[in-house]
Amino acid sequence: MTAAGNLAQRWSRHAARALAIGLLAFVIFGPLANLLLWAFAERWYFPGKLPQEFGLKFWLQVFQPRGNAVQSLVTSVWIALLTVAFCLAVAVPAGYALARLKLPWRGAILLVFLLPQAIPNLPIYVNIARMFYEVGLNGTVFGVVLVHASHGLVLAVWIASAAFAAVDEQLEQAARNLGAGPWQTFATITLPLAAPGLIASAIFVFLESLDEFTGTYFVGVPDVITLPLLMFNASMGGNYQIASITALLLLIPSIGFMLLVERFLKADVLAMVGR
Amino acid sequence: MNRRWAGLLLISPALLVIAVFFLVPLALSLVTAFQAKGGGFTLAHFDKSFELYSTDMLFTVAIVLLSSALIAVVAIAIAGYLTLGENARMRSALRWLYRWPLFIPFIVTGQVMRTFLAKNGMLNHVLVGSGLLDPLAAQSVLDWRGIVIAFVWKQAPFVTLLLAGAMASIDIQHSEAARNLGAPRWRVLLEIVLPQVRGTLLVGVVLSFVTMLSVLSVPLMINPNSPTMMTVDVAYRISTHGDYAVANALCLVSLAFASLGAWVYLRHAVQQVART
Repeated sequence: MTAAGNLAQRWSRHAARALAIGLLAFVIFGPLANLLLWAFAERWYFPGKLPQEFGLKFWLQVFQPRGNAVQSLVTSVWIALLTVAFCLAVAVPAGYALARLKLPWRGAILLVFLLPQAIPNLPIYVNIARMFYEVGLNGTVFGVVLVHASHGLVLAVWIASAAFAAVDEQLEQAARNLGAGPWQTFATITLPLAAPGLIASAIFVFLESLDEFTGTYFVGVPDVITLPLLMFNASMGGNYQIASITALLLLIPSIGFMLLVERFLKADVLAMVGR
Repeated sequence: MNRRWAGLLLISPALLVIAVFFLVPLALSLVTAFQAKGGGFTLAHFDKSFELYSTDMLFTVAIVLLSSALIAVVAIAIAGYLTLGENARMRSALRWLYRWPLFIPFIVTGQVMRTFLAKNGMLNHVLVGSGLLDPLAAQSVLDWRGIVIAFVWKQAPFVTLLLAGAMASIDIQHSEAARNLGAPRWRVLLEIVLPQVRGTLLVGVVLSFVTMLSVLSVPLMINPNSPTMMTVDVAYRISTHGDYAVANALCLVSLAFASLGAWVYLRHAVQQVART
């Protein structure tokens, strides 16, 4: 083959690569760009390719001090924080036991912690809503926290267990040999070393709670309106600006976590996490 | 205290939470779906479910299977290029690019696609602007295609992440030997790399399959009218008719679809845990 033919071939390969990556970039960022446009569109009528008028009117509306959105944001964050506290309180001892202690019926216990991931959660939410209705927990923040926590717990237990399993047992034994009691060893050696994994599991649970829709849809109505429910109502009501601004608020923590996740979680832990 | 029982004591709160908020509702679902008004056993709720919603059941299975297949193809292609691709800049661009939708919630995906795929959405504007589509032929993609696109957009990065991790950890000697013998890269991917990470691909696809079966927000926002997905029917039975019996029968049908995948996943996961 001639040198010119070689060059042409190389260029066409470069062009094909650029085209492929450009297409993928459009597929990934096109929908997000469309959302961004809607968030800043004051007027956008068919068949305009771009909004006829840009502006911040709807942002002011969303962030009005006593507006629904601010209230929903506060509710969502409060619920997520309570969910994290609940999940960690239950998952840290469970994760430690799974990683370090001998357990009777270990196989059955592992199965119980795998099962919720492998089963569609819709029947669960539908029937929890019915149970909560009986005891007056429907439409309460506590009820929603319980639903989010039961959903996040499985992930939290797996990540916590992986985090504890990764702590070098020899360090614990050294501390014990130097005279530290079991509690002191746990508090000064095991817990600090497992902390990055536990923080990751807290962030996971926080995000899952913040983004949760189906459970809140059944259990939270009509009084607990979290950000996802607010977004859904705005979108179904045809108010795309409010829906898009709320969606952006939900996107920020998701994307932040996506960029950070590898610092906290190794790929093998992430693989254990599954979903 | 015996260490065995200490472990059980530490794990019991978590087990209790799962029992009360997972096993009890599941049992309640079973009972409700099979219970007649008077309290006896009946299959009437299932009869009614099949009578009213058999189209939606087929629609659901078709969408979820198609989405799973597309997710697998996309994940294999991207993870394969990340592992075997020879252009380093392209690899790092791809690695940076593919994972953006990873943690974006389904509800936001629904809203994003609702605007992007609409008749007046950016997809049509770009297709028309680049001359690929006649302006008069522009139509909304907010039907079954919209659901599939939303599912693949959201779930493919997750499976890709798992798969790329697994591919990175396998022994590269075989692939390199095959490359040296002149095998094209796509054959190395399909015949040498892929068989070694089959388990990971399976787990990723099955988890996505189960997840998609129970997503309510995406079909509700993209295609709420009949034929639609069973999750929408369940929500409708409850919010409009307060009909928990048929809703639970529908839930059990989707559970049956999922259980096939769940069985595969649990078997693999238990093996995996037993090995470590």
